[in-house]
Amino acid sequence: MLFDIIVVLIYLFVITYLGYLGYKHTKSSADYLVGGRKIHPLIMALSYGSTFISTSAIVGFGGAAGTLGMGLLWLTFLNIFMGIFIAFIVFGKRTRQMGHNLDAHTFPELLATRFKSKFIQGFAGGIIFLFMPIYAAAVLKGGSDYIQAHFGISYEVSLFFFATIVAIYVWMGGIKGVMYTETFQGAIMFIGMIFLLVYSYASLGGITEAHTKLTNLFGHAEVQDQAAKLVKGGFMGWTSMPAFGSPIWWTLVTTIVMGVGIGVLAQPQLVLRFMTVKSNRELNRAVISGGIFIIMMTGVAFIVGALSNVFFFESTGKISVVAAGGNDKIIPVFIKQYLPTWYGAIFLLTLIAAAMSTLSSQFHAMGSAAGRDVYQKAFNKKGNPLFISRTGVLVGILISVVIAYFSGKLDVSMQIIATGTALFFGLCAASFLPAYVSALYIRKISTKAVISGMIAGFVVGVFWIFFIHEKEASSLQLCNLLFDKPSLVKETALAKLALVDPIIIALPVSTLVTAIVGVTAKSKLDEAHLDNCFKGIK
Amino acid sequence: MLGITDPWILAAYLLSFLSAVACIVYGLYNWNKGGNNEESQITEEVKWEKEEKQIEENL
Repeated sequence: MLFDIIVVLIYLFVITYLGYLGYKHTKSSADYLVGGRKIHPLIMALSYGSTFISTSAIVGFGGAAGTLGMGLLWLTFLNIFMGIFIAFIVFGKRTRQMGHNLDAHTFPELLATRFKSKFIQGFAGGIIFLFMPIYAAAVLKGGSDYIQAHFGISYEVSLFFFATIVAIYVWMGGIKGVMYTETFQGAIMFIGMIFLLVYSYASLGGITEAHTKLTNLFGHAEVQDQAAKLVKGGFMGWTSMPAFGSPIWWTLVTTIVMGVGIGVLAQPQLVLRFMTVKSNRELNRAVISGGIFIIMMTGVAFIVGALSNVFFFESTGKISVVAAGGNDKIIPVFIKQYLPTWYGAIFLLTLIAAAMSTLSSQFHAMGSAAGRDVYQKAFNKKGNPLFISRTGVLVGILISVVIAYFSGKLDVSMQIIATGTALFFGLCAASFLPAYVSALYIRKISTKAVISGMIAGFVVGVFWIFFIHEKEASSLQLCNLLFDKPSLVKETALAKLALVDPIIIALPVSTLVTAIVGVTAKSKLDEAHLDNCFKGIK
Repeated sequence: MLGITDPWILAAYLLSFLSAVACIVYGLYNWNKGGNNEESQITEEVKWEKEEKQIEENL
């Protein structure tokens, strides 16, 4: 206990110092928002990676791998292929150049200046400010839950201290502070996860041996008994994909793999990272550290999450989800029971770091959205931009803490962390992805087409989340309250739709609307403006 | 192979590693490409420096 506290205190001291360094170097509004656009590639990649990967990925989705098996590795593949390779090379380079050409400081501002529309900036900023707190609350809850379990303190106290520390350094440093601390946090996460992978494989006698044990586990009669409910839903073992078209298959493929895997491309706090580097060379170099980092995070979490079943079964005769007492508890209980005690403290830091790095960027994005996008640009109000952004951060933190506080009262079995994450990722993809792709690649597209697509994607996405997709609709309770059933399609001929993630419906709708309006409405943007947007883009 | 019988899972496992390797290869191959030696990059940097200077002066 004392050792854990000392380790955490040293860590807090270091991040406070790094936050202070960022504070000292933050001179202008541009510095605060995009780090003065001069960030080292390694810092940029680690910062991108540690922002992307949170307690949600490690504990929430790692736990999901413990329940659903290695099929989650498709998400790791998409995380690297989409989240790093495509995001950096296809999107990142143009984003960087266009962001600089247009002197854009936030993701909504990039879209707004590209299409000369204040509405876009206000609308996108509004979505970010209103919905990102749900994702931030999920991450906040993940971190607070783990600290609570580790130190045996109450959830409220843990949440209060955790949120306060994050708030202080985000408030102080803006993105420079955020990016320095995130690099340090990324390094801790990296070391923590490498050990976890090596230790888990070594304990089970090597890679092939470990996988074989996991494959054979499903044949045990006790396992079949314990997993009966899962098997009914289409589960076929931890080293097999679920039965095609079964409820578990839909959850795994549409929500977990595609929702988060594709949703990453339009995450405002990640897109912003591209605008912080000086040249394309930095982005090329950042691809290396980004790729290695992601496989060591989600790849390890999902492999170890699935393998945890062998550990639990060999010592308790139970599968992970049963032995740990819930999906989200698998990783924490596994670490506590099967890894060396000293590693518990390191893993605690890994998780705090993962949660804090994501949270700080989320709060930063919320602050920019409220201060710059909505207040300053869309409403055309004047004032000290730095002060307004920071006030936006503070308001964002307060809203997130309130949501996290109330979500602590919900039933743990509801998978709040994973649901919150998938919800925000899906909504971002549906609202922003076609607009973002159009902005970067389709010179002649009209502002009208982009706005129509954004609104269509957002409206359909929100409708699907609240009224159709049962997993989310039943947690949010609005459908139940109005229509007395968890999903509008429940017990109808369209019942299967309740399994389909919002991104599968809303993203094609928003793409289609953008394309149709794009063909019919001509762009009114002048050539000189377009030349400026695409200056230096080949 | 590797104790995994389902080809879909094996594919996901291998593709995850291969995509990370692809990232490394791409990064190393393009290590010095897209840098400041290009004309547009130089113009960009000059503009940056000017902006930075102006910010300093304003402060």
